[in-house]
Amino acid sequence: MSVPAFAELLERLVFSPGRNAKLALIRQWFETQGDPDRGIGLAALAGELVFRTAKPAILRELIAERTDPTLFAISYDYVGDLAETIALMWPADAASNRPPLSLTEVVETLETAPKSALPTIIAAWLDALDPGARLALLKLVTGGLRVGASARLAKTALAEWAKIEVGEIEEVWHGVAPPYRPLFAWLEGRGPRPDPMGLPVFRPLMLAHPLDEKDVANLEAVEWRAEWKWDGIRVQLTAGPGGARLWSRSGEDVSGSFPEILEAMTFHAVADGELLVVRDGQVAPFSDLQQRLNRKVVTQKMRREHPVAVRLYDLLFDGEEDLRGLPFDQRRKRLETWYERVRPERMDLSPLIPFSSIGELAEIRAGARAASIEGLMLKRGDSIYSPGRIKGPWWKWKRNPLSVDAVLMYAQRGHGKRSSFYSDYTFGLWRGDELVPIGKAYSGYTDEELLWLDKWIRNHTTNRFGPVREVERGLVLEVEFDAAQYSTRHKSGVALRFPRIARLRRDKPPEEADQLETLTALIVPGSQEAVEG
Amino acid sequence: MPPHPKTWLSVTPAGLFCEPGGFYVDPQRPVDRAVITHGHSDHARPGHERVLATSETLAIMRERMGVERAGQIQQPLRYGEVLHINGVKLWLRPAGHVLGSAQVCLEWQGARAVFSGDYKRRPDPTCAPFELERCDVFVTEATFALPVFHHPPAELEIARLLRSVRLFPERTHVIGCYALGKAQRLIALLRQAGWDAPIPLHGALMRLCRLYQELGVDLGELVPATVQGREKFAGAIVLAPPSEIGERWARRLNDPLPCLASGWMRVRQRARQGGVELPLIVSDHADWPELLATCAEVEAQEIWITHGREDALIHALGLRGIKGRALHLIGMGEEGEEDE
Repeated sequence: MSVPAFAELLERLVFSPGRNAKLALIRQWFETQGDPDRGIGLAALAGELVFRTAKPAILRELIAERTDPTLFAISYDYVGDLAETIALMWPADAASNRPPLSLTEVVETLETAPKSALPTIIAAWLDALDPGARLALLKLVTGGLRVGASARLAKTALAEWAKIEVGEIEEVWHGVAPPYRPLFAWLEGRGPRPDPMGLPVFRPLMLAHPLDEKDVANLEAVEWRAEWKWDGIRVQLTAGPGGARLWSRSGEDVSGSFPEILEAMTFHAVADGELLVVRDGQVAPFSDLQQRLNRKVVTQKMRREHPVAVRLYDLLFDGEEDLRGLPFDQRRKRLETWYERVRPERMDLSPLIPFSSIGELAEIRAGARAASIEGLMLKRGDSIYSPGRIKGPWWKWKRNPLSVDAVLMYAQRGHGKRSSFYSDYTFGLWRGDELVPIGKAYSGYTDEELLWLDKWIRNHTTNRFGPVREVERGLVLEVEFDAAQYSTRHKSGVALRFPRIARLRRDKPPEEADQLETLTALIVPGSQEAVEG
Repeated sequence: MPPHPKTWLSVTPAGLFCEPGGFYVDPQRPVDRAVITHGHSDHARPGHERVLATSETLAIMRERMGVERAGQIQQPLRYGEVLHINGVKLWLRPAGHVLGSAQVCLEWQGARAVFSGDYKRRPDPTCAPFELERCDVFVTEATFALPVFHHPPAELEIARLLRSVRLFPERTHVIGCYALGKAQRLIALLRQAGWDAPIPLHGALMRLCRLYQELGVDLGELVPATVQGREKFAGAIVLAPPSEIGERWARRLNDPLPCLASGWMRVRQRARQGGVELPLIVSDHADWPELLATCAEVEAQEIWITHGREDALIHALGLRGIKGRALHLIGMGEEGEEDE
């Protein structure tokens, strides 16, 4: 029964915004399904299924043979999605008496069947399924589940189900393949730990907690090392005889988007660093790096106009030697000698910032205004590399945020627990007599403030557009953000980085909110948002 | 040759009018004489002089609009009982839509027309099942008249709901559903599936559920969802109007999991509006195969369509050699479009 069961899982995932609900749904899949189908489901969720997919044209032909064209056109117009229209319109085959379709059969057939046989095979499958299961099958064969579940989420659910740390799954993940029989056997205590066999594997990252201002006084300068906190994306570089991979913070393989980094990874080591766009030694703002994220095809033009580099700050493995148990100071020395020896292209070291007192460090932080820097990282000199977010050994000490007083313009309902609250706010600044929206925020307020805002919005609505309410120009919000950049995508010409609601300024009349010029004056020169040619 | 129904049934701004009988069926504005198919507000409007309907529909009208507005003179008629009005023969057949719902069957000088109102062909523990009446003209609804609408058996949807309750045993499953018909059917289906816990209800659903119970429909123990303390709602299935499941009212519930029971839930994009986490495809209207089957089984030469998606249905009937005609009755389906 696994295709219908998988269909139900996908359907519930699509409609469940909450992470905990998604985890519970996926755990239940591992709990109730047997081998090999549970592994095929895991592979599908983790985006690991690779087979020749059916083109939508095949599906169009199949449905055209079975439905009246006028009725199909009216239906497609109403539903708006080809796969869903076909799933819903497919004539029910009352005579169908075939045994239930398994996920494994679907995947194996797609891997082996000749292309010319696909239409007949898919049609027979559709005949045997109900509309919900047909939709899941069509999404599977056209290769796009889009249910809001990442590989990381699937692995986390697997770890919760097996009652182990997700890091342990990550360590063996790249040594196993669908349908993961050895992995499940190990998790159920029936088999040995799968051996990644020298293949590049992702090692879960050590993460930092934000530093509270009140904790600053407790820091002893001598125990701490400081680095800049770069505004790029955290990456792990894994290279050795088994190959090279570039991993994102959550363990997604992002090698394909950054071929020039892969080409430079000719060493045998695991390193931790920040991926940045760097031009002539100058780090570009984050918006430049965004042009390079999630690209399947990387053109020469992109490589030329948005050249990437990695700023290294830690070394986890030198060859086969695991350095993670060493204190930070020793790892840093190993990183520096390794770097001198290897000299990898497109990589440099994130420098340590010298300081003699925490007060001096605070001044350095206050003086940092470059768009490429978010603040400081503080790492204890004696801290070993421990995966996850442990409080104490590493702090991120972001520079003081910028802020403006903006006027609330629109509000939208949130999701999940916030679905009854107007919790997403669009706000604007004055340009002459006109308010222009500058951004959107959905955090920063307290529970009490959210209740108050929700009530205020309901009582001051002037217009409704679906889930969005336009409100009277009557409430000033103090909005904090990390940086402001020019943007061609916003009407105001400005985009905010990490905006959040700092305070409700109920005391302030809206006409005294800030002008747009106040915000543009905060933009660091040279941070012009790149426009894709 | 019996007179074609189009010569004695006319579409007026007030609704469908039977000229020789001098009465309207489901009129949209106050009239002297009205025959009402069922109690939904787009069919049963207030302020008529004389109202003819099943005793259940009359009771529902009195409950919803008050005795004064539910017709100066109310005349109950049993299913199958025949009346003669100015030479027009009139009787009612069950429509299977909600409690008391009826098809209005009319015969004049040997020609027969059946006005179905809203109907479904599926079993429903809270009302009498649809009965087929052959006729020359069948007047049908077309709420779900698109080939994409195939309602699954309601029992399977209830089973899905109960699986979700087992998977999320601490959360409150709050089901948005229409106050007349859908709420009571869901409760009865839950009881059939073995759910015997008291069912907390939003205040807007309570009166009609009590009326159903007074009219002999067993719904088990129902309680107002007014108690204080979220933990009291842990694991409960609560019913509320669709507009309330994502509203402030729902904050009293324990980490509510919003569900919505409607035929519209068949289409994802519709279901995703409004933060529904568990769409339940349960409908009190005929789906596409039921509409086509019914239009064929009544053996009518002509199908008239009151409201809904008439273009697809007229096209499909044409392919089967049946003439379809859209009446474009104003006002109908307004309640149905939103809440079914």
